[in-house]
Amino acid sequence: MALKWMNDWSRANPKDIWRPAVSIGVVGVVLMFAAALVTIGQPFKTVSMQTGPRGEGAVVVKFPQTQVDPTAADYVSQDPVKPQPGDKLAKDIYKNVQVLGDLTDANFTRLMVSMAQWVAPEQGCAFCHGDGDISTYSEDKLYTKVIARRMIQMTQDINENWSGHVQAVGEAGVNCFTCHRGQNIPSGVWYRIDPVNKVMAGWGAVQNRVTLQSQYTSLPSDALEQYLLEGKNILVSAQTVRDKTDTASIQDTERTFSLMNYIDNSLNVNCTFCHSTRAFWDTSQVTPQWATALLGIQMVNALNNTYLVPLQSVFPAEQLGPVHQDAPKLACNTCHKGYHLPLNGTDMIKDWPELASSAPPKY
Amino acid sequence: MAEYQNIFTQVQVAGAPDLGIDNDNRIADERYGTPVISRLLGWVGNAQVGPVHLGMYGVIAVASAGIWFVIVGMNMFAQVGWSIPEFIRQLFWLALEPPSPKYGLSFPPLNDGGWFLIAGFFFAVALCAWWVRTYELARQHKMGKHVAWAYLALMWLIFVLGLFRPILMGSWSEAVPYGIFPHLDWTAAFSIRYGNLYYDPFHCLSIAFLYGSVLLFAMHAGTILAVSRFGGDRELEQIYDRGTASERAALFWRWTMGFNATMEGIHRWAWWFAVLTPVTGGIGILLTGTVVDNWFLWAVAHHFAPSYDGALGYAAYSATGG
Repeated sequence: MALKWMNDWSRANPKDIWRPAVSIGVVGVVLMFAAALVTIGQPFKTVSMQTGPRGEGAVVVKFPQTQVDPTAADYVSQDPVKPQPGDKLAKDIYKNVQVLGDLTDANFTRLMVSMAQWVAPEQGCAFCHGDGDISTYSEDKLYTKVIARRMIQMTQDINENWSGHVQAVGEAGVNCFTCHRGQNIPSGVWYRIDPVNKVMAGWGAVQNRVTLQSQYTSLPSDALEQYLLEGKNILVSAQTVRDKTDTASIQDTERTFSLMNYIDNSLNVNCTFCHSTRAFWDTSQVTPQWATALLGIQMVNALNNTYLVPLQSVFPAEQLGPVHQDAPKLACNTCHKGYHLPLNGTDMIKDWPELASSAPPKY
Repeated sequence: MAEYQNIFTQVQVAGAPDLGIDNDNRIADERYGTPVISRLLGWVGNAQVGPVHLGMYGVIAVASAGIWFVIVGMNMFAQVGWSIPEFIRQLFWLALEPPSPKYGLSFPPLNDGGWFLIAGFFFAVALCAWWVRTYELARQHKMGKHVAWAYLALMWLIFVLGLFRPILMGSWSEAVPYGIFPHLDWTAAFSIRYGNLYYDPFHCLSIAFLYGSVLLFAMHAGTILAVSRFGGDRELEQIYDRGTASERAALFWRWTMGFNATMEGIHRWAWWFAVLTPVTGGIGILLTGTVVDNWFLWAVAHHFAPSYDGALGYAAYSATGG
């Protein structure tokens, strides 16, 4: 090397530089991490929501950014127009008004405009009424209009008969925006996809696939169908120490587990939001949310069977299920979309008495 | 750094391969393969690879296990339409499942559990043949049969899960599926179905022995490594001719916690903890669904499920933040 004197000196004065270099390096890196943690903050911070007495692990842990639904800000609403004596009703003005006929013209138009904003902001009125002149708006030529009418009835049904679920935490209710959020087809609708494993039969045919229905687990993919359409019994655990009448199988249990996973992910909670994990089956150790969820399961069953399944013949082929050509169906995620209070608990019927009940609205 | 402070074995003595004893029992008759010395393997174990004793039971075990493996693998492969990328992508999700519950203990169609039963038969044959092999080789070496009995403890748990309990329950559908994630699904569902397996006292014992095994393993390995600078890793010599390594190891523990195992006794501790893990676990599984259907209620009835006071639901805690 060029610096001969340096090499000579180094040879004459051997020093262990690796040990202090590694030590200083390790200490330095640790210090830098510590300083970054203090100044920038913990990047994977969580917030904990206690759901039961201490000692049970009763806690729901979330990332702070997943606590508040940002799409709630996109919600637009209009104040109702107080009907004046002598105002004519929609059913007297327009033809073929099968629902919402008791609304005054102002309120009828206000709801029609808002529905377009909630469900078809790009297509507008034409989404249901077509491109024709306003005189053609009474026609039922488009499937979208037929479905929209049925969905209005469903919304009224939900608010009228399922308030135990949709108003469990104060007045909230639902309107079109709760599910649609500006999309023609709401996110979180589902179809039957079983058998997911066609070469097998029976138990081996409905599971062990990465599907949306199984929440990407290897659990059964037919849980939504069995429990939220067929109304199958969810409870699988024995109710006494020795219960010979109880015949639920391991397979039934896996299917229940699959449904519970689906509910958890739809609401961004975990088991302890509703259950004491030491006795999942014990209804004396559940939170108030368990009863709300139970009502929700019954509601989803009723809505799927009353409203959505019968619409199968109305939907165009491209909107039917890819495997069984079944109608799109709803479940927890269709409204909740990852939040245990959909739209952060926004009151969706405050401005819309028309959708809160099938009876003539009171303003 | 000192020689003993290394995760690899640094000193390797290389010489002519050791062919082992050939005194009686025709012990060398069925030994096959030319020994190879591998420096790489020597870092983590013995540098000599082979020869290996085949024997009739070894051949039966390997062939049966191979058939089991191929049946399971081919079933998985068929389930993804013989697509290699899909097979790799979904491998952890795939499984060969036991029959549907409706078939009970009868033989089901091949694609609804039939292949599972056939595979399970070969699995059982392989396990048994391998057990005979461990026993026979120990006998030929004039050793104790400790490895065979310990392996039998594992077989007990496996046979409880896949044979004894399904027969007692009257359905092959109770058996555990052959699959990575699916067998974990079974485990979770098993606990949920029977009211929480954590309240099964034999499950408690199994956990205690499992964690105890881990603790003992760490204590023993740590102790021996710590005295290997005094020759402590030559455990056998230390057992019959106790040297300073044993003395220091013993004193360390006696002065740390008042009691110490011996160079021999520590291995009895380890053997029993390891063996009792599957033995107690198997008892706990066998009682589930056959004798007890809800372990939580069983624990309540026997006064060891605690009760917790306090409200349930987040609303009761959100104001104070818990």
